Amino acid sequence: MKVALFATCLVDTLTPQVARATAVLLQRLGHEVVVPPTQACCGQMHVNTGYRREAVPIVANHVRAFAGAEAIVAPSGSCVASIHHQQADVARRAGEHRLADDAAELAGRTYELSQFLVDVLGVTDVGAYYPHRVTYHPTCHSLRLLRVGDRPLQLLRAVRGLELVELPGAEQCCGFGGTFAVKNADTSTAMLTDKMANVLSTHAEVCTAGDASCLLHIGGGLSRLKAGTRTVHLAEILASTEEAVTPDQTTRPAMSV
Amino acid sequence: MTAVDLGMPGLPTAPRGVGHLRGDEPFPDAARTALRNGQQRANLGHATTTIRNKRARVVAELPDWAQLREAGRALKAATMARLDDHLEELERQVTAHGGTVHWARDANEANEIVTRLVQATGATEVVKVKSMATQEIGLNEALEAAGLDVFETDLAELIVQLGEDKPSHILVPAIHKNRAEIREIFARTIPGVDPGLTDDPRQLAMAARAHLRERFLRARVAVSGANFGVAETGTLCVVESEGNGRMCLTLPDTLITVMGIEKVVPTWRDLEVFLQLLPRSSTGERMNPYTSTWAGVTPGDGPQEFHLVLLDNGRTAVLADEVGREALHCIRCSACLNVCPVYERTGGHAYGSVYPGPIGAILSPQLTGVEDNASLPYASSLCGACYDVCPVAIDIPKILVHLRGEHVEAQTRLTPEAAAFRALSAAMSRPWLWHLTQRASRLGRLLARGKPTLPRVLPPPASGWTRSRDLPTPPTSTFVESWTREHGR
Ligand code: SF4
Repeated sequence: MKVALFATCLVDTLTPQVARATAVLLQRLGHEVVVPPTQACCGQMHVNTGYRREAVPIVANHVRAFAGAEAIVAPSGSCVASIHHQQADVARRAGEHRLADDAAELAGRTYELSQFLVDVLGVTDVGAYYPHRVTYHPTCHSLRLLRVGDRPLQLLRAVRGLELVELPGAEQCCGFGGTFAVKNADTSTAMLTDKMANVLSTHAEVCTAGDASCLLHIGGGLSRLKAGTRTVHLAEILASTEEAVTPDQTTRPAMSV
Repeated sequence: MTAVDLGMPGLPTAPRGVGHLRGDEPFPDAARTALRNGQQRANLGHATTTIRNKRARVVAELPDWAQLREAGRALKAATMARLDDHLEELERQVTAHGGTVHWARDANEANEIVTRLVQATGATEVVKVKSMATQEIGLNEALEAAGLDVFETDLAELIVQLGEDKPSHILVPAIHKNRAEIREIFARTIPGVDPGLTDDPRQLAMAARAHLRERFLRARVAVSGANFGVAETGTLCVVESEGNGRMCLTLPDTLITVMGIEKVVPTWRDLEVFLQLLPRSSTGERMNPYTSTWAGVTPGDGPQEFHLVLLDNGRTAVLADEVGREALHCIRCSACLNVCPVYERTGGHAYGSVYPGPIGAILSPQLTGVEDNASLPYASSLCGACYDVCPVAIDIPKILVHLRGEHVEAQTRLTPEAAAFRALSAAMSRPWLWHLTQRASRLGRLLARGKPTLPRVLPPPASGWTRSRDLPTPPTSTFVESWTREHGR
């Protein structure tokens, strides 16, 4: 299948290795990956902060960039949820009905990585090898907006060498919430502290998730505490093999690609 | 587009200077103070976890929960679509059954009506059944200002009243207090209380019971709220756990009920759905201990004078908002508070309104007008836990986002934030400009000076992040850029 990769603005700018891992993984599974060069952002941050009018041209750019794609995959539950639940709405509210229809149509072909692997490709064993103790944080938008359920866990369980430990209080939000992390920094930090306490209680080497944004938050907190546990995106784990294992890969300090 | 844009006269919102819908400070500031209260956080963490798990257990017992929830949602939506008709029918039926209906445009009118009615009976004190509507309008203060004594009879409400505190939860107003703190309040404030009072829940309940019993027996006027008002039969319904409500609703001569206009349901049969949804969602019980229903007055049985005060106080304005009106479907079960990670940590007082938590964050700003509670729609990480548990499926996150939009669009001056978001929008919709912006973000590498993370001290708004979290140093190249370089266009 020809898969168009939507890196998402945050991954592309701050953690490009996550998009790279997604591309490598899909290629390894025998699919052709294309990366539309005019892609930017889904518009979620604007919509969720109240700038729904300003989000419309961003949606329009997204729709233009991916027009005609057979399937679109993004390593982010949150952005895919926004594409599914918000893009058409903000366009329609602004009276851009044509754009709304196009966005809705494109959303029908847009998948979060774990959903694409399990539901569309029908694989749970992607042939990965990752010899680490890992705990999984089911991010809110993957869990409650996209309902990815246990798909990421199915994928992780099939990874050779990976020891999966259950995260206590897994379904509680990490406190990121986009601009919430800055506008309500204290409350966000209180939520993060409790999330980190649970992560650290697992003695996992790695905390993983399907959203680089939440990992940036949890990882940023763990890094500040000089905790040993690091955050690694699900795509990076699934992209690892015996031949190409990068034990220190992390979604956090990215010096180069 | 807002109502103003359409040239429609703005519908009146809840007036300032009366009632408890507005806080003294924005949510982030109030939350900062509340987060430092370790005891309150421990109490809330314990209480919300217990009730949350209990709810999850009893909801899981019902195989048709999803259908019940959908029925509840649909009933509320249909009712709101013809709210005026249902309210007029309710008025006709209540009147036909010997009650008197009063229409209160806002908190001031409602307070005046109730004060006048109480004074007309010649009584000097009233007993009260726990009610959000009367909290909302500040009825206790209004009655006290008129020289009347007001006694709350719900246990948690009594704790709040005796402790000269404020409610912090819509169902358990004293949820922020633990047993030891309650013992201290009772020992200090209840006249003639047993000096050996311990923090055993039964002993505490018995102390409250002895204190209240006397008041029930001498009370001539009671004030209540209502969970439901059935238009078809003129029946009012109060759902409670302690039996104090039943006492207030049956013993006094005069009963005055203050009901928000959104509490009307068209038919008696509708209660079948709501009386299943409510107890499981609120207290995690299969059925609530006391469900009282009454229509007008019954000669020789119960209050001989009944008044129903129908309260608007901004509700019609909420109804006018196509997206936000769903907030009126709320049956005040409090499930959304109990699962909210923000509420669990900040507690209810930080919201500044009698309606805290997720429902408060969408209801208070709509009742008062968004600009009077502008920080509340942002008091959420949009995690969606509230929507999942709401028994009438109110899409709270969606309304939060909608109200953020209303707030942004109500600004007449360009804020620095708006300028930044506009600039970012311009960049994110033009690939060449976006690539330039991404490249500019690499200037952050200069700040990092070879370290994997940026310095902790950055100017606002980045400081909001870096005070407690590291920010990675931007990489040398974006993914799209390096991929395009490798693969061509
Ligand atoms: S919004 Fe829903 S969950 Fe929250 S109190 Fe109202 S009915 Fe209950």
